[in-house]
Amino acid sequence: MKVNEVPQDPKDFKEGDKIKKLVYAVDNEGNYTGVNSAGWEAENTATKQAWDEVEEDLRETELLVKQGKLSPIAWYMKKNLMDTALLAKYMGKWAWQVRRHFKPSVFRDLSPGLLQQYAAIFNITVDELKAFPAGKQ
Amino acid sequence: MNNINFTHYQHAHCESGVTANLLRHQGIDISEPLVFGIGAGLFFGHIPFLKISGTPGSTFRTWPGAIFKRVAQRLHVKMHTERFRSPEKAMLALDRALDAGRPVGMLSSVFYLPYLPEAFRFHFNAHNLVVYGKENGLYKVSDPVMEHVTTIAPEDLAKARFAKGAPEPKGFMYYINEVPKDIHYEKAIQQGIKQTCFFMMSPPVPWFGNKAVFLLAKKIKEYPRKLTPRKASLYLGNIIRMQEEIGTGGAGFRYLYAAFLQEAAQKLHRDDLQGFSKELTQVGDDWRNFAYHAARLMKARQSDVVSYDELSDLLRVCGDKEKDIFTRLEKLRWQ
Repeated sequence: MKVNEVPQDPKDFKEGDKIKKLVYAVDNEGNYTGVNSAGWEAENTATKQAWDEVEEDLRETELLVKQGKLSPIAWYMKKNLMDTALLAKYMGKWAWQVRRHFKPSVFRDLSPGLLQQYAAIFNITVDELKAFPAGKQ
Repeated sequence: MNNINFTHYQHAHCESGVTANLLRHQGIDISEPLVFGIGAGLFFGHIPFLKISGTPGSTFRTWPGAIFKRVAQRLHVKMHTERFRSPEKAMLALDRALDAGRPVGMLSSVFYLPYLPEAFRFHFNAHNLVVYGKENGLYKVSDPVMEHVTTIAPEDLAKARFAKGAPEPKGFMYYINEVPKDIHYEKAIQQGIKQTCFFMMSPPVPWFGNKAVFLLAKKIKEYPRKLTPRKASLYLGNIIRMQEEIGTGGAGFRYLYAAFLQEAAQKLHRDDLQGFSKELTQVGDDWRNFAYHAARLMKARQSDVVSYDELSDLLRVCGDKEKDIFTRLEKLRWQ
């Protein structure tokens, strides 16, 4: 890649244009040098797709929570880009225990301590967790 | 107290960038490509059965922590590394090192670094950064992928240093204790090149090194038959991101390594290394070509068998060329 071929396609979503990353390219004399790049379309599309996938998943999950098929914990887990295994690690629990908490009937009877633990991991208050979807941000 | 005069340079890759910045702070004039090459940072791996958030794991670089360790060993730099059980102890140890006037490198999770754009903040737990002071209750941060220095709140840094998942940073931090008076690059460069060739050419299993490029090419051929269009497109997207997103220097670290070979050629007065650098630059362009076509296919979300076959062939071009380059590079004679 030549210096003048370094793509400058801005990553114009989720503050992606805040950083101009460094890439290496060759100048006219054939010497390598560092050049700042705003981004490349191919790469931007791939990043965007990963986020679109997250958002699609969130929409589907939100619907299930509203229909009373899943607890808000499932939604906030995805909001924080976690899967069940990762959330279980943060909770210090087994994955099947966390999966049980996805059941609205179980969620309703969760102890204040556990709710507090979940809320802390999701960086929200217990009220916000309980008030889903009204409190969701 | 805490008044460390640290000069921040932006780099392409976090680990080689942090290593270069820490060494420069000690008065060693070393570039990022040189660090990357001596640390044998270049690699390829594709492990179809190891799923990372639902997509098969691919890597273009060696495992986290290896570059820093190898560079320190090969340049005879004495360093201190430490892991911790609790965030309290880890933060205390950081404060002590800062009080002693040492800039400290550490592992962190990108997800918990608020100063980074949200677009990049996934649960990636092997990001390196330098903390070089504390002011008004905030830590001063030199993050090599950023153009300028920044700050972070102690509670955010603690979260980032103790993120869970794979790998777990466990508060891992490191600083340089002592550097030798004279740095001898010749031997270190040779060792780095030999190791990279070894890791590219020798693994007897299909998931690592050059063989893995062909494994991925084979898998891509199967995508339209075995996967839903949505899945296939996600898999392709993941490869592109590993190859081109921030921290790679472009073309999955290939340009960074070509820059190293060029600098090595100058340092060792060897024209043949300059030739290898040129060849690898061209392979880098081939990788970019692959990513460009992969992105188009990803966007289309179609299970068009012909296009996937063509994409697979583009990847085989990279694999064939790299096989040739690293086989010859491995046989290079050193004085």
